[in-house]
Amino acid sequence: MTGVERIPILKIGDVLLASIQVDLQDRDVLALQEDLAEKISATGAHGVVLDISAVDIVDSFIGRMFATIAATSKLFDAHTVVVGMRPAVAITLVELGLTLGEVRTALDLEKGLAILAELGEQAPR
Amino acid sequence: MTNGTGRSDNLADLLRAGSTPLAARWVELAAAPLKGRLSVAELARELDELYAAILAGVASGSRDIQAEPYAEARALLGDLSRRRARAGFTPSETAIGVFALKQALFELVDRAEVGGGLPEVVAASQLLDGLGLWTFEAYAKAREEVIDEQAEQLLELTTPVVKLWDGVLAVPLVGTLDSARTQVVMEKLLESLVVTGAAHAIIDITGVLAVDTQVAQHLLKTVMAARLMGAECTISGIRPHIAQTIVGLGIEFGDITTKASLADALRHALRRSGVDVIAADGRR
Repeated sequence: MTGVERIPILKIGDVLLASIQVDLQDRDVLALQEDLAEKISATGAHGVVLDISAVDIVDSFIGRMFATIAATSKLFDAHTVVVGMRPAVAITLVELGLTLGEVRTALDLEKGLAILAELGEQAPR
Repeated sequence: MTNGTGRSDNLADLLRAGSTPLAARWVELAAAPLKGRLSVAELARELDELYAAILAGVASGSRDIQAEPYAEARALLGDLSRRRARAGFTPSETAIGVFALKQALFELVDRAEVGGGLPEVVAASQLLDGLGLWTFEAYAKAREEVIDEQAEQLLELTTPVVKLWDGVLAVPLVGTLDSARTQVVMEKLLESLVVTGAAHAIIDITGVLAVDTQVAQHLLKTVMAARLMGAECTISGIRPHIAQTIVGLGIEFGDITTKASLADALRHALRRSGVDVIAADGRR
């Protein structure tokens, strides 16, 4: 049994960036959720970017992860943007009937950060 | 029925002796149902060749049309059937070309102008039945080839993804949408979004003649998938009667933006990306 894969969470300004470069196991997802919650709480970040451009395969559990992370972040008044979703992943999620709810999406990291900046302007704190 | 070589009939002699009246009558009978769509001279040339090939096969003594001596007859018949199939003749009109020889032969034997009796007639009948079936097979195969080619051409027609503006892609859909095609369109559009980094996509269905629940479902899925990737997708060009169908079927387009025309959709996409179209003299 291998250990839990920890996804590094980087802080850029007041945005947290989690770039997922490996195929996620369910427990990795849970670890990421925990880590993110702690990090947002500790840093007071106003945005979370999940970069999934390297993810080829998703299942319903991972699909729900996005919504869960977004809901958690929301409690800390942080917006979540999922960036770089591949076509195959998008089709899979749609076929699974999963919508991401309140999660914003962007084609790439740059656009994702632009969305967060825009959202931050709309609701100045 | 024996297909062996030791068959005791004089079919070859009969065909050889009666070749002139047989060939003439054959052409006459075969030409009748074609109703002038094929010139008699052309038909006569085809059938003369075929007659020679069949005679060569019969002369070998074999009565098995799959055997080597009939290779040429089979090839000629195959070509003939393919030509007929492509020219739009019916299967009967094609097969009559072979069966007419049978009738011509029977008439000849009946008139007793040349020697020939029951063994020859049975042998000829079996042989020509076999050749007739071969014709059917070749005809069907040719028709399948035509269908395959058309299916391929249809796929080639499959929707291009065009760039309307920086960051705005459009997919003009034309014709009938089925699951396979919509899948191709969906994948192509999403791939293009990744490659071009476009934040807007317009699916134009002006050329789509009918929308049912399944097609609508596919369109919705495409829009949802594009949205998951971070692009906004607009559907444009819904025809009046399609709009009525959609409402009648109770299909919910939800919060998906729909526009009457591609132009409206483009304007919408441009506005969303912060571009406004203004005439040179300042009028909008």
